[in-house]
Amino acid sequence: MDRIEHSVIDSLLQALQSRGYVTIGPTARNGAIVCDEIHSASDLPIGITDEQSPATYRLKSGNNHLSFGYVLSPVSWKRFLVPPVLTLFKAVKTSDGFRITNETSAPDTPPQPRKLAFIGVRPCDLQALTLLDKVFLGDRYTDPYYKAQREQLFLIVVNCTKAGGTCFCGSMGTGPTAKAGYDIALTEMDRKEGAFFLIDSGSEKGAEVMRELDRRKAAPEEILAADEASVRTRASMGRTLETDHLKEILADNPEHPRWDVVAGRCLTCANCTMVCPTCFCSTVEDVTDLTGKNVERVRKWDSCFTMDFSYIHGGSVRATPKSRYRQWVTHKLSSWVDQYGDFGCVGCGRCITWCPVGIDITEEACAIRENHQTVLPHP
Amino acid sequence: MNTLTVEHPMIPKPYRVQSLRQETLDTFTVELSSINGTSELPFNPGQFNMLYMVGIGEIPISISGNPDEPRTLVHTTRSVGTVTKAMRKLRRGDVIGVRGPFGTNWPVDLVQGSDVVFVAGGIGLAPLRPAMYRVLSHREKFGKVVLLYGTRSPADILYRKELEHWRARFDLEVYVTVDRALRPWRGNVGVVTNLISKSPFDPMSAVAMVCGPEVMMRFTVLELQKRGLVNSSIYLSMERNMKCGIGLCGHCQFGPEFVCRDGPVFSYDRVKDLLAKWEI
Amino acid sequence: MENLEPILTQHPFLQGLDQKDFDLLVGCAMNVRFDADAMMCREGEEATQFFIIRSGRVTIELHVPGKGIVQIQTLSEGDILGWSWLFAPYRWRFDARATELTRAIALDGRCLRTKCEADRDLGYKLLKRFSEILEQRLEAMRLQLLDLYSTT
Repeated sequence: MDRIEHSVIDSLLQALQSRGYVTIGPTARNGAIVCDEIHSASDLPIGITDEQSPATYRLKSGNNHLSFGYVLSPVSWKRFLVPPVLTLFKAVKTSDGFRITNETSAPDTPPQPRKLAFIGVRPCDLQALTLLDKVFLGDRYTDPYYKAQREQLFLIVVNCTKAGGTCFCGSMGTGPTAKAGYDIALTEMDRKEGAFFLIDSGSEKGAEVMRELDRRKAAPEEILAADEASVRTRASMGRTLETDHLKEILADNPEHPRWDVVAGRCLTCANCTMVCPTCFCSTVEDVTDLTGKNVERVRKWDSCFTMDFSYIHGGSVRATPKSRYRQWVTHKLSSWVDQYGDFGCVGCGRCITWCPVGIDITEEACAIRENHQTVLPHP
Repeated sequence: MNTLTVEHPMIPKPYRVQSLRQETLDTFTVELSSINGTSELPFNPGQFNMLYMVGIGEIPISISGNPDEPRTLVHTTRSVGTVTKAMRKLRRGDVIGVRGPFGTNWPVDLVQGSDVVFVAGGIGLAPLRPAMYRVLSHREKFGKVVLLYGTRSPADILYRKELEHWRARFDLEVYVTVDRALRPWRGNVGVVTNLISKSPFDPMSAVAMVCGPEVMMRFTVLELQKRGLVNSSIYLSMERNMKCGIGLCGHCQFGPEFVCRDGPVFSYDRVKDLLAKWEI
Repeated sequence: MENLEPILTQHPFLQGLDQKDFDLLVGCAMNVRFDADAMMCREGEEATQFFIIRSGRVTIELHVPGKGIVQIQTLSEGDILGWSWLFAPYRWRFDARATELTRAIALDGRCLRTKCEADRDLGYKLLKRFSEILEQRLEAMRLQLLDLYSTT
């Protein structure tokens, strides 16, 4: 474990840029932290913190000089691997049918994966990428766009030293400190004499970049302080999600009265699915120009909260808000385990913050657990 | 050269329409072949393809042709949605997109030596037909073979000539029933589940393959169970919204199952708990 | 005349009845045959019997003005036709027609009603069997009502 000064972040960005990476990181824009291309450390949201609670999000000027003093951006990293709108192919209509035209390198061909360095991935979001890997890099079918983009990522994690108002990563075992899966991990330490970072590499790629930086060995008390910050952060999380037998309880109680209660509040607006770092569902549409001759086939994010999502001839399978909310929660916390061996929720809390009526997934899961009708094995 | 997108599993391959035939008032069969006319697209009975009409959309349709003739892709469907309505207007020589085949198959090869009971409702006969072909082409390997087919009215009977031909065989029992009929009809009237109690198969050895509307399948299972079939001898084909066919779009989820990848053909054992729940 | 007892005792509908029950039933039973297109009963007529179909095919139908004859259900070997004899005013509610040569055993409803009133045990056993038929027909009819294969 090494220590770098705050000013070294620019060298880090330059080291990545010189290797051909587009550096993507947090920046304050339009009252939110968004993830976009950053060119230098000055693009980071220095001194800005975020306040999050159910249905509330706002930025504040903090009284520090931290670059990563906010907790979590509403934007998760999935958009770079699973773009909200992705052109799958372009085609022209011909007299007898169609011809796919994107075999050329013309500028209007579908977007191409490129070398991206993510700066400031939170540990929960890192786990989200691991979960998406299982979806898109399955043994039977792979998404080639995802695969190509994933192979060109450089991941810089920034561990959390402060819990957000809706966080529960401690319950999901995904944070506040990342264990593996990154190239470089940073922990931003706030000190009266000035902020600095602890830095560690998690891959050969990361170690190689790290060697270029001006750094020194971290003092034992600095490492200890970071460990303490992690413990403090975990302890200060305002919510917990009890995961013991949660999979079975949710699967076995589709008619629990709580589903009706939450359906009375849920607007089926799909916000939770859009901000969720693991929601991966998509739909496909044909977009034609005015002549109707030129066709673009695009894949778009979709949400299980829409009626169209489950439409089969005659109507929607999930016609009621109750069934759609239930689908979302049981997928995250139950059937995801069957499908991919892990919960589909990383405890980032975005769905709680961004739900316009403040529905809290931890509260709902807890309510189902009470009075559930599942026979659990004795411990 | 943009090789990435060319290899994308969401990119369809062009297929040429060989023929298009109206089956009933609202169903038609389209036969496709590869552009060069000779490439084969092997499939297993019960699988489906994603058929793409450029500028309109793409939908999953079960394959209803003969698996031993993989040069021709046969699809029977109802013209009820935007894509199928456009598809019905196709002419010989037109090109459409095909991705597939996808999904699981009827367990035809696993059940040799058993009696086989096909129970079809409405358009549900189409996904079962490849399994019928497969069984009939290896007829000696199976016990009794029974087809029970229910549909709405005599005019809605699919593959009528073929059914008549099959009925004439000595090694195949075919029973057809309609939900409603006016006088000239001299066949059975009543729901398809009525046929099960009297149909000549050995419930101890029989395997049932069932395809039709979900409610019809649920009641069919009850009648099969009454006859003594065990859950693991009953197979169903499920229908759900599908956008990708490869388990990536999330639309076809049925509890933990992705119908496009883990289905559409399921052992009843595997889906019985899900079928009992509403709006799963 | 053919002795109907073996036919009755072997029929699944009557399985489990006692010998004395069969003795009673045989007294009310009659062998009948209907040529193709012959009416077995007509809507509105007095329901004096029910049929255990031995072979052939029977259609339960109704004439609907403007539509013609609507077929509701077909019956064949082993099926039971008719329960109007059990309930006042003992009139057939539907037509039944043999669509091919049909053989059946007709059981006299009036005779049976009297015997069932006198022997409640027999009455219970018969009612239980008819209830099961009613249950099956009702289930089938509900499914028909759902119009499962409709395109709309």
